[in-house]
Formats: sequence, C-alpha cells, structure tokens
Amino acid sequence: MKLDVLDRLAQLGQIGLGYLQSLGRSGIFLFLAIFSRAGFSNRGLLLIQQLYNVGVLSLIIVTVSGLFIGMVLGLQGYSILIRYGSEGAVGQLVALSLVRELGPVVTALLFAGRAGSALTAEIGLMKVTEQLSSMEMIGVDPLKRIVAPRFWAGVISLPLLTAIFNLVGILGGVMVGVDWLGIYEGSFWTGMQQSVDFVNDVGNGMVKSLVFGIVVTWIAVFQGYDAIPTSEGIGRATTRTVVYSSLAVLGLDFILTAVMFGEL
Amino acid sequence: MRMRTLEISVGAFMLAGVLALVAMAIKVSGLSPKSGGETYELHAYFDNAGSLKSRSKISMAGVTIGKVEKVTLDKNTYMAKVVMDIDQRIDNIPIDSTAAIVTAGLLGEQYISISIGGDEEYLRNGERFEDTQSALILEELIGKFLLGTVNKGE
Repeated sequence: MKLDVLDRLAQLGQIGLGYLQSLGRSGIFLFLAIFSRAGFSNRGLLLIQQLYNVGVLSLIIVTVSGLFIGMVLGLQGYSILIRYGSEGAVGQLVALSLVRELGPVVTALLFAGRAGSALTAEIGLMKVTEQLSSMEMIGVDPLKRIVAPRFWAGVISLPLLTAIFNLVGILGGVMVGVDWLGIYEGSFWTGMQQSVDFVNDVGNGMVKSLVFGIVVTWIAVFQGYDAIPTSEGIGRATTRTVVYSSLAVLGLDFILTAVMFGEL
Repeated sequence: MRMRTLEISVGAFMLAGVLALVAMAIKVSGLSPKSGGETYELHAYFDNAGSLKSRSKISMAGVTIGKVEKVTLDKNTYMAKVVMDIDQRIDNIPIDSTAAIVTAGLLGEQYISISIGGDEEYLRNGERFEDTQSALILEELIGKFLLGTVNKGE
C-alpha cells in the first residue's frame, strides 16, 4: 500500500520532469533557430517561400473573419447603445475592442489553426520521412534550413495580418453602422478618433500580436520538430500545437492587458 | 516564373499590412502629420477643466475649429491653463469672446465651445481668453441642488 502511494508520486514526478525537459528543449531549440547564422546563399528565398505559405495563404480567412467580427460588433453595439441614444459611440466601441483585444487575439487563434498546425504537420512529416536526418547527413543544419525561415515568417506575418484584420473589421463596423443602420458618419469617426490613441491602443495591440506571433510559431515549429515520428505522433503534435497556442495566447493576453492597460 | 509570382504576392501582402497600419494611424486614431504654420495658439484659464484633455475638440457654432494642445495647472493662480491650437483660417475671434467647457450629450466627451464677442479687435497668437466658463461638474450640481431643497424645507 505504501509502495503504491510512492509509485504514484514517482509517476507524478516523471510527468513533471517530462514537461520541464520539453520546455528546456524547446528553449534551446528556439535559441539555436534564432541565433544560428544561416550559412547558405538563398536564405531570402526560403523566407519568402515561407512568408507566402504562412502569411499570404492566411489572408483570406483573416479578412473574412475580420469583416464578420466587425459587422457583428457594429450590430450588437448599435442595438444596445441606441437605447441610451448614444449610437455615435459605436465607432469607438468597434475600434477600441478590435484594436486592443479582438484583433490580436482572434488573429493569433486563427493563425494557430491555419498556419501553426500546418507548420507542425509539415515539419513532423519531414521527421517521419527522415528528411531531417538526411539533411543532417549531408551537412545541412535543419534548424537553419527548415526551422529558422518558418519561425521568422510567422513572427513577421502575424502583426501584418493583425493590422489587416483590424482595418477590415473596422470597415465592417462602418458598413453595418453607418451604411445600413444610419449612424451619423461624423460622430462615428470623430468618436473613434478621439478615443483611439495611436501609441497606447494601436501600438500596444501590435506589440501583443508580435508576442503572440513569437509564441504561436515557436510552439508550432517545436511541436513538429519534437513529434514522435509516427503518423499518430504527428496527429498528436498538431493537436497539441493548436491547444497549447490557443491557451498561451489567451493567458498571455490577460497578462499583457494587465500590464498595458490595467492598474495591476 | 513560379518564384516570381510568389515574391510578388508576398510583397503585396507586406505592403497591405503596412498600409493597413498607416490607414489605422490616420483614419482610426486620428493621427495626422502635424504641419506647422496652419494653426495658431490661444490660451485660456479655467477654475476647473473637468475631464478636458489634449486633443479634445474646440468648436465654434458647432463646427470644430481646432483642438486642445495641453492642459496644465498654473502653479501661481491654481487654475487650469489650457493651450489650444486654432485653425489659421479662423483668425477673426474677437478678444471679448467666451471660452466655455461644455459636454457633448449627458455623458459625452467634454470640449471647448467658443461664443463670439462683439469687439472689433481679434485675438492674436499666444493671447488668452479673458472670459471663461468652467466645466460643469455633475456631482457639484447635484450637491447644490440637494442642499438647496434641504434648506428650503426648514
């Protein structure tokens, strides 16, 4: 009986150590991927290829979701604010909620689902088919050749996608609020411009999305690189990418908001 | 050729992202490149500036003619000193005009409303409004109202 309890305790310890180990591995992995001097000439081309895969191909889902989220915000804001006769504040509501919170967070979640899972699956499959080890055999470091371009592409793309998401969302809000529901255009835009500060609101939103970009891409490439090289392992790694990055984004968002906007 | 279309689309994507950021800066946060010489400065002292802050609007007859540059406390008079940037084209504000802090709607933003005086002389750059009217503080008003009714009842 006593042994049983000790066994359980040991199991718990094993799990904890496993997590710590993988955290440490991912830290070393990130460090090596970032600070390795890429020693081949077509580095730019690799980055562009990945920017296309990660950024350009995510554009459609990001713009469409941004448009609908902006429209819904406009509609909901209008239906509530009209009761108090202050429907002019809809612009303010839409812009602030998009720029500060929804833009960075929703884009990062979409990005994790659209691009992060693809990155994990791609790198994981390379590992299964032993492309990574054959690269090492011929003296090419897969961290430089495969991981680094993908990581940078993710970090560059997410803030750009967030900016596009925000703008499209606000335009969606304008479309619903001003064009369909007939809010006076002047008070809509002035309210927005008076309440949104470029550095504090737009700038902080961009900082958030940069942080999310680093975290989501890091999780995605590491999970792919660290996947158990079986078809089941890739499936698990992809799931983990989406789950971990969503949790990380939502948790970090609270911390960043508390630091940037809160009085904590 | 495939690489070329790839490069073009990535370039377009990056350009779109940067343009979106610029558009947000100008259209959404109202950040405009400050072009010198187009505005001139006027000052006003208020007993209470309420929630007036920089970039609050200044209006005349309901039309925005400028914005508040900054609100500071004048240490000597204990009054709020408001520096305003007025559109250069509106150069005929009489010196006996009144600057009042008013509220847009019941709970809206506070802004400065300028009522025109009758003097022939106009305010120049750096001069101040002699006649000002402070912000209306809702709590004070309610306090006075309550006090007034209580006194009447006695």
